[in-house]
Parts: sequence; structure tokens; C-alpha cells
Amino acid sequence: MVKIHERKFISADPDKCVGCQVCEYICSVTKERAFNPLKSRIRVVRINQLINLSVTCRLCENPPCVAACPRDALTQSEDTGVITVDKDKCNGCGWCIEACDYGAIMLHPENKVVYVCDLCKEKGEPQCVKWCPEEALEVTTSDVLAQKARITAVRKLFQEAVRETTKSSKP
Amino acid sequence: MFGYAGRVLHVDLTSGKTHIEPLNEDYARKYIGGIGLGMRLWLDNSRAGMDPFSPENPLILANGPISGTMWPTGGNGHAFVSKSPQSYGIGEAKAHGSFGTELKRAGYDAVVLKGKAERPVYVWIDDDSVQLLDASHMMGKSPSETEDAIREELGDYYIRVASIGVAGEKLSRMACIINDKTRAAGRTGLGAVMGSKNVKAIAVRGTRDITVAKLDEFMEYVKEFHERMKGPATQKYRTLGTPENVLVHNSLSCMPTRNYNNSRFEGAEKVSGENLNEKFVAKIIGCSSCAMRCEHMCVVSEGPYKNTMTRMEYETLWALGPYCGVDRLDAITKGMELTNYYGIDTISAGVTVGFAMDCYERGILTQKELDGIDAKFGNAEAMVQLVEKIGKREGIGDVLADGAKCAAQKIGKGSEKLAATIKGVETTGYDLRCLKTAALGFAVSFRGADHNRHGAYAFDVKGKVNRLTAEKGRGKLVRDMEDTYNLIDSFIVCKFSRGTYYKELPDMAKLYTLVTGFNMTPEELKLAGERIQNIARLINLREGLSRKDDTLPYKVMHEPIPDEGPSKGAFVSQEELDLLLDDYYEARGWNREGVPTPEKLKELGIDDLLETVKK
Repeated sequence: MVKIHERKFISADPDKCVGCQVCEYICSVTKERAFNPLKSRIRVVRINQLINLSVTCRLCENPPCVAACPRDALTQSEDTGVITVDKDKCNGCGWCIEACDYGAIMLHPENKVVYVCDLCKEKGEPQCVKWCPEEALEVTTSDVLAQKARITAVRKLFQEAVRETTKSSKP
Repeated sequence: MFGYAGRVLHVDLTSGKTHIEPLNEDYARKYIGGIGLGMRLWLDNSRAGMDPFSPENPLILANGPISGTMWPTGGNGHAFVSKSPQSYGIGEAKAHGSFGTELKRAGYDAVVLKGKAERPVYVWIDDDSVQLLDASHMMGKSPSETEDAIREELGDYYIRVASIGVAGEKLSRMACIINDKTRAAGRTGLGAVMGSKNVKAIAVRGTRDITVAKLDEFMEYVKEFHERMKGPATQKYRTLGTPENVLVHNSLSCMPTRNYNNSRFEGAEKVSGENLNEKFVAKIIGCSSCAMRCEHMCVVSEGPYKNTMTRMEYETLWALGPYCGVDRLDAITKGMELTNYYGIDTISAGVTVGFAMDCYERGILTQKELDGIDAKFGNAEAMVQLVEKIGKREGIGDVLADGAKCAAQKIGKGSEKLAATIKGVETTGYDLRCLKTAALGFAVSFRGADHNRHGAYAFDVKGKVNRLTAEKGRGKLVRDMEDTYNLIDSFIVCKFSRGTYYKELPDMAKLYTLVTGFNMTPEELKLAGERIQNIARLINLREGLSRKDDTLPYKVMHEPIPDEGPSKGAFVSQEELDLLLDDYYEARGWNREGVPTPEKLKELGIDDLLETVKK
């Protein structure tokens, strides 16, 4: 039986993200009870004023961070795809950091072990998604992202026709 | 301490030595932070009558108790305070972005820069480590380029930088200090003070946790304000942005046009906020911790200024547009980009270009003196060229780079009457002839011509008073607004969010208490706002400013509005100004010369300052 990809991760919409860092603040206060973007599991990147995007763990299939750990400190949950760090095993060597293409796993400035987004499992829902003032963040799956991209592309392709049908469908 | 870092960094640029002093807790409560704390620290570290460019004039950088938290719009501001090379009184300017929050995480409430570095340096504040690093290879760079160069050099792309451009290096009295590429501490020429100290930039990396006294209650309050910021109080800033003012002001005939020759602009539709948003705004972005976002990023997609990208606000648009008779948004956008590139205040730049155009049209300046530029009102290319020359301090730009007042002193021939300045600072996009509450606010503003010290225009524009008459009672209106604005700039929160503080003082007192743990009452806060106004006044008096400087530009008082419409014939007479000043001084508890009485200072708990100021 073919299974669809069910793993949900946090995705930011570049059209909506304004680079305000509210996600960074709410993440650090949720996880560390302090305001400090350096302790946030999600980070904003501003390339220039027009290009802003928050980046966090993508819960990759066959995650390279897990594979890169020589001490087997990282494991991925089969159910959710969330990466768990065994703090006793991690010695902060940073190979997982090098392996991650997204800069989503980081070395904690005080604990000296790596940390990564866990979708706020203790809160039941990711707080950054809940708090984003622009509604730029969502918990989604790769399948849904692909669906949305397809719909957007086809809409663009048939802009005129879509406009016409929307008009004619109005009473 | 909660909220406050509890430390003030002192940097002696001459010797290269630094030391840290604990933040005086009494100052924290009395002056809050930002401009309030900054002015007190400036006073404590200065002496009367210094030249603004002398090494002994301290440049103060201060954030507020809220900085570094996720309070919406409050986490990110910072203020610069020094003696202004424009007004020769107190100068201050604030900016938002992400610089102030970084400074707080580095562990400082304020930085006092004194002396003068031997060669160009940048101040590198890396938590507890503070160094002066060579900046000679960065001279000539724009603030944006400087930011990139410092990040590259220090190898950390999250370092926050506030820097000056060429204009600041060349001591242009309208130079500003820019952080995060597009955010400027714009007014009163503090970029030139930084330049006079041979400081190209201040770079900060802060890694500390910021905590507040009552975290759970604070987060509840943050949530509530996130909701408020989605409401009507901030709608203007989230949609059209401040350029919405163009058509509003034009319809009231209160938009100074062509250097105050008119009060309405026939090209207003072309440069309206509506048009700007439809054709130029590519993205609206937010500062650190903001929940409303307002920064309208504009891109020019065609024509001679293609690929220009910059932020746009009403004041800039007005100054480089209608004030110069220019009706082309692409050129205005280019002008704005250039002001950011060279590091000059856009308002002062536009008003000074408008002044030069007026001089040209009246034959006071010739085309030859203007380096061949045909500086007619409405010539968009001429406006762009003049801004560039001012930025570079080249040719006629050298004459204009210190602002309209200094330019008029050099040019003579009656041009003084054409310079729209108050206390040497260029005026802003409100025609004071027909906005008489605003006129009072502008006249008494301690940093010179400015709408952001009081917001008194709101009473006039919104029709809460008869804007065409000067009458008793306006003094109290201005006073109360000033006190509130002082608090906004000391906390520091964004002025665009002021409408979300539904109960104003009680809301702000609650915020202060939750963050700092100091029990703050609305009454005590009100007193703090008043105290800040009084210390600014005392500083200005010490520096030689007085009632005679609480005045208005010549044209506002002598050239009635000629345009047909609701404001025709309006101007502010000396009698009206005197009436307004008397009323205001009385409301302030100052004497008729505008000097705070000993009783008033005692009431405010700063009677010790009366002596300081008399020395």
C-alpha cells in the first residue's frame, strides 16, 4: 500500500513573512522562559528588505543530522519525524550542524548540546505558528505544500478564465 | 533588575578606555529610558556652551526598559541624544529595527561616547568586550555597505550596526545615523556629531537572556496587544501607511508646497499614498518584535530610476515631492534612496532642496551657482541631483549640506526669509499657518521643528479644535501630548502603536510594572513625562535658547496662504504666537520667559537641576 507523506513540519510563506522575529521571541520564551533569539529553534533570515523567511527543522526523510552523529545522540520519531536529542550522549561536536542544509539544528549557548524544533510537543501546538502576527507560518505536510503550489501555478496559467468563472458564479 | 540591563557603558574615544557604571535606579524610575535617560546622562556628562562638534560633547545611545522583550513595537527601539549642531540645544533622534534590542542583550541600557578617536574607528560591543576597531577602510561607504562590511569582517551575519554615511563623515549638519539598512535616527544632525568623533559605526552583538519581572502576566498582556494591533488603531500604518496623509493634507490645504509658497499641491493625486501603494510598494516589512508592520518597501520598476529600492513614508515623500513641487514618485523614491545612501535626514534634505529651488526662482541663486542645475520647482531630476550633491557635499551641495538655515546665512540676499526652520531644524509636512495647535507644538518643540514631539496636529486635522484660530487652552493640549510623547520615546515604543494604548497612562504604567517589577502608577508616569520635558527645557536654557527661539518660520508668520479653499489667508501673527506661548508656559508652570519655576522643579523632584543650569 502506498502511504502519503504525513509528517507535519513548520513552513513559512515568503510572501507573508515580514521578518519581525516574533517567532524567535515566542520560541525562546516558551522553551527557555527568556527572550533571546539565540535560543530560538526557529530563525529569521533577511536577505534584503524584500526577502524575509523564517527557517526551522523540515523533519527530513532520512535526516542527515541523525546520520552524521557519531555518538547516536540523535533519533527521529517514526510517527512524527521530530528529531530528539539525547543530552547525555551529545557532546556538542557540531557534525549534525554541518550536515543540516537549513541551519535548523544549533548548539545551545549554555547547555552546549544541540537543540532543534520539536513542534512544541508539550504545548500541543507550535507556539510560533500560533503567535505569528502575519499568519505566515503553518504546520503542514509536503503533500499539502505541493498541492498548493500546483493550484497557484494553474491559477496563474488561467488567470483570465478563473476571473471569468468567479464572476459568473456570483448571483 | 528586570527590564533594565542595569549598566551604562562609558567609552572614552580619545584614550580608548572604557568602563561600566551601574544604572542609577533613581534615574530609571524618573527618566524611564530612551530620550529621558539619554538627556539626563548627557547633562551629567557635559558642560554649558560646548560646540556640538567638540570632543567633549557626549553622544549618548540609550534603549528603554522594554527593549529586548517581545513587547510589540517596544522591543526594538533606541535613541541617540547629544547637543545638536542644528539647534545648538538638545538633539535627539530615535530609530527602530533590531539594533536597540541587540544592545540590551549585550547588557547595556545606555552608552556614553566621549572624546574623539585619533583616526576613524568603529565601536565593537561584543557583550562585555568593547573595542575600538579601525574603520579607515570603511570611510566613504554608505550605512548599508558599512553594515555589510562589518559583518563580513567580524564573521557574524547577525551583528547589528548603526553607522553614518559620507554626510556624517563630512559633518553635514543634517546627517543621520542609520541602522538595519533603512532605519534612521534622522533629526537634529546627530550623524555629524558621530562623525566629529571619528566614529563610523557602532556594531553590537548581545547574547544575554532578557527577562521580565512577571513573565506570565506580561505574556498575557503581549497577547492582548497583538490583538489590539490588528484593530483600527493601527490600520493606517498596515495599509496605505503614512503616505495616506498626502490626500488628507491636500484636501485640508495644509500641505506645505514649493517651499511654503502654497499649501496645496496640484500634483497630489500623482504622489498619493494610494498611487504609491498601487505602483511602487513591493513589500511591507516589520521591525524586531513588531506585531503590526509598517515599513513600506518601494521598488521602481521602470524609467531612469529603475531598480531603486527604498522605504517610503509621508514625510520623505512630502519633503522630496510636493515641497519641491515634484510630482514623480520614481524620482522621490530615488531621492529617498540617496538620502539613505549618504546618510542624511530626508526631511531636512527635501526642505533644503525646496529652499534652494525657491532661491533660484527668485533669482537669489543663479543656475551657475547651482552647478548648472535648472532648479525650477517641479524639476524632478534637479531635485535628485541636488540631494546627491548635498550627500556628497560637492559644489552647491557644500553650501546646502548644513541645512536651510546655515545655507541662508551663507547665501544672504534675504534668503533667510525663505528658510523654513525652527531652532535651525527644518520643518515637516504640516502647513503651520492653518494648523494653529500644531504651530504651538512646533514652536516649543525642544528639538526644533517637529511633529513627533507632540502630535498636536491631530487636534487640528481631525477637527477637534478650530484649526484656524489661536486661542487659550491649546497650551494644555500641547503640554499633555508632549508628556505622552516623551514617555513613548523613553520606553521606547513605536509612535505608530500609540493608538493601541487605549487607556494611555494606565496601560503604560501596567506595562512598566510587569517588565521592571517597580510598581509604577499612572500619576508617577505622568510626572515622568513632564519631568523629561522640563529637563529638555533646562538644557536648552543652559545652552542659551529662550522664548525668542520658540518661534516659527518667517513665511508662516508673514505670508498668508494664497490658495483658494478652506485655509485661504491663514497665517500666524506675532500676537497669536505670543498668546499661544503665554498659554503654554502657564500650563507648564513656567514663567513668562519660558523658564521652569523652582516650585515646578521641586514638584518634579529635580530642583537640584536649577543650580546646574544657572552655572
